Amino acid sequence: MEIGLNHYLVLSAILFGLGLFAMITRRNAILVLMGIELILNAANINLVAFSHFGGMGVDGQVLTIFVMILAVAEAAVALGIVLNLYNNFATVDVDEANTMKD
Amino acid sequence: MEFALHKLPLVVLLIPMFSFLVLSFFGKKLPRGGDWFGTTLLFINLGFSVFILYSLTQLGKYELNVEWFNLGENKILGLQTFYAGFQIDALTGVMLVVVNAISAFVHLFSVKYMENDTKYTRYFAFLGLFTFSMLGLILGNSIVLMYVFWELVGVSSYLLIGFWYEKPAPQEAAKKAFIVNRVGDAGFLLGILIIFLTIGSFTFNGIFEGVEAGKLSGGMLTAAGILLFCGAVGKSAQFPLHVWLPDAMEGPTPVSALIHAATMVAAGVYLVARVFVMLSADALTVITYIGVITAFISATIAITQNDIKKVLAYSTISQLGYMIMAIGVGAYSFGFFHLVTHAFFKACLFLTAGSVIYGMHHVQDIREMGGLRKKMPITFYTFLMATLAISGVPLTSGFLSKDSILAATLAFGSINGGFNYIVPILAFLIAGMTAFYMFRLLILTFLGEPKNKEKYDHCHESPKQMTIPLMILAALSFFGVFSFNPFDASGGWFLKLVKMPEHLLAGTSGLFYHILPLEEYMEHIHHAHMTAMVLSLVISGLGILTAFTFYYWKKVDVEKLTESIKPLYNFSLNKWYFDELYDIIAIKSTMGLSRMSAWFDGKVVDGAVNGAASVTRSFSKFNGLFDNIVVDGLVNLTGGMVGAFGLIFRKFQTGKIQTYIAFLVFGILVMYFIFRVL
Repeated sequence: MEIGLNHYLVLSAILFGLGLFAMITRRNAILVLMGIELILNAANINLVAFSHFGGMGVDGQVLTIFVMILAVAEAAVALGIVLNLYNNFATVDVDEANTMKD
Repeated sequence: MEFALHKLPLVVLLIPMFSFLVLSFFGKKLPRGGDWFGTTLLFINLGFSVFILYSLTQLGKYELNVEWFNLGENKILGLQTFYAGFQIDALTGVMLVVVNAISAFVHLFSVKYMENDTKYTRYFAFLGLFTFSMLGLILGNSIVLMYVFWELVGVSSYLLIGFWYEKPAPQEAAKKAFIVNRVGDAGFLLGILIIFLTIGSFTFNGIFEGVEAGKLSGGMLTAAGILLFCGAVGKSAQFPLHVWLPDAMEGPTPVSALIHAATMVAAGVYLVARVFVMLSADALTVITYIGVITAFISATIAITQNDIKKVLAYSTISQLGYMIMAIGVGAYSFGFFHLVTHAFFKACLFLTAGSVIYGMHHVQDIREMGGLRKKMPITFYTFLMATLAISGVPLTSGFLSKDSILAATLAFGSINGGFNYIVPILAFLIAGMTAFYMFRLLILTFLGEPKNKEKYDHCHESPKQMTIPLMILAALSFFGVFSFNPFDASGGWFLKLVKMPEHLLAGTSGLFYHILPLEEYMEHIHHAHMTAMVLSLVISGLGILTAFTFYYWKKVDVEKLTESIKPLYNFSLNKWYFDELYDIIAIKSTMGLSRMSAWFDGKVVDGAVNGAASVTRSFSKFNGLFDNIVVDGLVNLTGGMVGAFGLIFRKFQTGKIQTYIAFLVFGILVMYFIFRVL
């Protein structure tokens, strides 16, 4: 069986769904971040797949590398926030960080 | 000489005012309360007035007329300019002398009479004020000026009647005089307004010119004449407003002599004389009959009164009625002549009455007197002279004036005929009654036996300050003062000065009255003269004789006579029940009306107001309820609904980003379902 565009898209969809699920259900801030990474990567797979099957050269790959760099920067900032969160609340549970609500 | 007419009248006018001001402000600091000051000024004034009268006979009349003020252009009436000034003519000249003479004598008399009064200075100040007002009334050449001074004499009269205001009777009398006079003055004012609206002038000459030009004629002229006469009815105490004058006797007796006998009450007669030439035939009819009715009523009352001053008061009203009647029948000069002669002998009568009251230590009831002739000879002879004059006995001034008036009434009868003969008949009857009641007064007071021995023993003749004015006034009641012919005054200086004027409406007729041209009229009077003289002599002789038979010789039992005509006697004694009648008509009805108004006010007006208030209150209550329930309910409902929705929607607003993402995903799925599947 020849592996085609649909397979990639399905993989990407599954990955996106898992990321979304993790992001919605997890309480741990680190796990939420990991869900976001999954979603980003699902998008990256889409970019590469469309680029390859659409005959657009390496445009998709280049854009993917930019996304990865952004993801790194995002992870750095987000982990900093999480560290601060832990320093203030002594937990990384996002539900506990609700003092702005009151 | 010129200056006597051009400037002196103003001086004469202002001197009594000066006396009033000085006495009011500095009187108490002057020695003897300043009585000598006022008295001296008045005698100087008398000298000036005599000089003015003399200059008048030499130079003829004079009028000073200056612009007083103007009201600017007016669309309806045009340029309104008011003139003011004074005039010196026969009426004015004579009145000046009369007023000043009597005022001066009354000042002199009062020095002793009022000697121990606590308000001595004020009394003389008021006399000055009165004299000033009276002179102003005489001098003013415009009817408005006359009205102003007219009210001023009213005020002075009020002040002097109520001079002893600590006692209730003078208070009441002063109020009565003032209020009754207001009734007449309201008419006077209306008359002035009619004249102003039709003629547009206030000066007498302007008014006469207007009437001559026919600007005011017919019914309006009659109305104006009668309304002006209303003022005279009030001031000269004519029927039906005569009730104040007898009460005014509550004032000091010299005041009664000055104001309520000689001068102020004559102001009404003066007014009628002043406007005589413009009075229409119908107005003259009214004037004649009012005059004769007044004279008759008060003569009948005077017969039974027992207070010496009351008798004189009613006799004054009677004589004023006579003057009014005389002018009414057209005998302008004779009416005015009687005014002057009456002023002197009535002032004399009142002052002698004052002297008697002074001598008897404030007894006024003639039933307590009698036999005073021996105790007070000077008072008696002066009183006798004045009584002879008022009774119309020959050789007195009263005979001259009364006789000419009687002749005029006879002429009136013969000109107009019919029932108009009632006027001369009543006039002669009144002449007889006058003689009777005056001699009744004389006999009861001075002759016969003293009735109150104790009072009689303490009685004494009055001092010189009082007897001198009496003697002078008695002398002025002598015929020679006015005419050298004791039986006909027409040749005397007085009637030569005060000539009969040609009436502006001569030749016209009213309902029962013909105004004849002067010559024709004088003819009629001339014819009547002899008859009148004989008749009047007989009648006054009869009156005097009856008085002597009744009260001196006592041939008739007076007690029995009054008993037999008791109702008539009481009717007269109670003054025809005029006071009681007015009490019912004017006072009770006014009170009733007031009570009705009070009831209306209390029940209807207040009821309406309170009703409106309670209606408003219940409406407000309803409004409040509506506001509370409906409006507030709506507002609260809105709030509540918003709140309720909030309660629901706040559930979605968790603040958790994960929930939002879940909703987001759910929403996308829904949209996908809607757009793709359906």
